[in-house]
Amino acid sequence: MRKAVIIGAGMTPVGEHWKLGLRDLAVEALLNAMDDAGIDKVDSLYVGNMASGSFVEQENLGALIADWAGLGNIPAVKIEAACASGGAAVQEGVKAVLSGLEDVVAVVGVEKMMDAWPSDATRYLAYAADAEWELFHGVSFVALNALVMRYYMKAYGYTEEDLALFAVNAHINGTKNPYAMFKKPIKVETVLKSPYIADPLKLFDASPVCDGAASVIITTPEKAKELGIPKEKWVEVAGMGRAIDTINLANREDLLTLKAAKVAAERAYRMAGVTAKDIDFFEVHDAFTIMAALSLEALGVAERGKGAQLAKEGQIAIDADYPIQTMGGLKARGHPVGATGVYQTVEAVLQLRGEAPSQVPDAEIGLTQNIGGTGSNITVSIFRRV
Amino acid sequence: MARPMQVSRYWRHFREKYRLIGGKCENGHVHFPKREVCPVCGSRNVEEYEFSGKGKVISWTIVRNPPSGFEYYKPYPLALVQLEEGPVVLAQLTDVDPEEIDFGMEVEVVTKKIREFEEDGIILYGYKFRPLVK
Ligand SMILES: [Zn+2]
Repeated sequence: MRKAVIIGAGMTPVGEHWKLGLRDLAVEALLNAMDDAGIDKVDSLYVGNMASGSFVEQENLGALIADWAGLGNIPAVKIEAACASGGAAVQEGVKAVLSGLEDVVAVVGVEKMMDAWPSDATRYLAYAADAEWELFHGVSFVALNALVMRYYMKAYGYTEEDLALFAVNAHINGTKNPYAMFKKPIKVETVLKSPYIADPLKLFDASPVCDGAASVIITTPEKAKELGIPKEKWVEVAGMGRAIDTINLANREDLLTLKAAKVAAERAYRMAGVTAKDIDFFEVHDAFTIMAALSLEALGVAERGKGAQLAKEGQIAIDADYPIQTMGGLKARGHPVGATGVYQTVEAVLQLRGEAPSQVPDAEIGLTQNIGGTGSNITVSIFRRV
Repeated sequence: MARPMQVSRYWRHFREKYRLIGGKCENGHVHFPKREVCPVCGSRNVEEYEFSGKGKVISWTIVRNPPSGFEYYKPYPLALVQLEEGPVVLAQLTDVDPEEIDFGMEVEVVTKKIREFEEDGIILYGYKFRPLVK
């Protein structure tokens, strides 16, 4: 079977880009990735984006971005899986390369959220829920996660303070990332004193609404050699998996298991021939602190109910056993929804090249996990140093 | 904001939303809302099933930053209610002091206004849950 390697990675800073539109951000990230690889053309483009039609009245992103990046008459489409759109786009790009139909594939994840009114942004994000049976009742994504958070705290006896540790850790790592939206450390009290958005979930349990774009270039080792890409740039796509769960949170068999992450991780581990113990760092989807805890459990890093315990024991720090959110995660780097999975991929590439601003020592294998909906669409990808 | 709401989108669910009608498959699995395929066993032989409307709160939150269209009603309590027949339903709680909401609180279904649109728009009704009136 063919293998896939990432040979280029690029991104824009995450933040409030008042002067830049969606196409500006996407083209900048894409050209950065192509420059990083040292190439000027690709066979195809996959765009990870959740809700450009709602946020900026723009669909058909494949045509828009490939056209404005000067890529010619290539095939280009948008991939949508809510907040997991970026992770899914990376995987579709990898599949295109593995299939043998395309040799050099570009993936760009982009979201332009700040052009919308805040309450409209809240509505557009909730389009990833069940329109008839969730949004109809006035849910926000924060509210859905708050329902899970309260249930988790009750089930295992955790406090709001315990979950705040995930936000604190993300901010520590974000301080060193020049592309992060938030570069200031925070304390547990910062989280606890922040206002409730949907009790018991507070402002600082949540990742910010923001703009950003990230991009990677994928090819085969043979083609990378042919193109003369130096091996220091290569990072292998070792495994990947993706799965869905009920779109409606209330229909979940078990509210405290991210089953889609579990299934996706099992597939990714099997494909890569590794287990959770072999992974040197985890970029998990901490859109909300509760999701970081549940993700660690679903990925097999922590036992059921022990995800938050890992944070309490200090095991998620950059120099600990299970480093997570090495460049700030969604909480501090920011969460431009459809771009997030590609940011995670770029961060994994930097870690495995040894170029990360807060480097995990001797990182050889990294995992990214990207959640769409309230756990209803999840991607897990595993990358390995070449 | 464009007007996303068509009347037909709502009347097609009137019965389910006003009578809390879900599905029951040939093997006795009940679910809400009703689906074509039983989520437990995969049977396609699913009939309508009317729930009693009584249940217990298993988790809840207070929505303080609602999506556009719901700003007027904030803050409002939203809960996961486990019906006595088993399935869990997401809905707003009503006629309750937020301080009194607790795990296991007994509630019953009631038809209430969910939201209004612009002056000339439609008014949506649906189920909410309130503390059991004994
Ligand atoms: Zn059944």
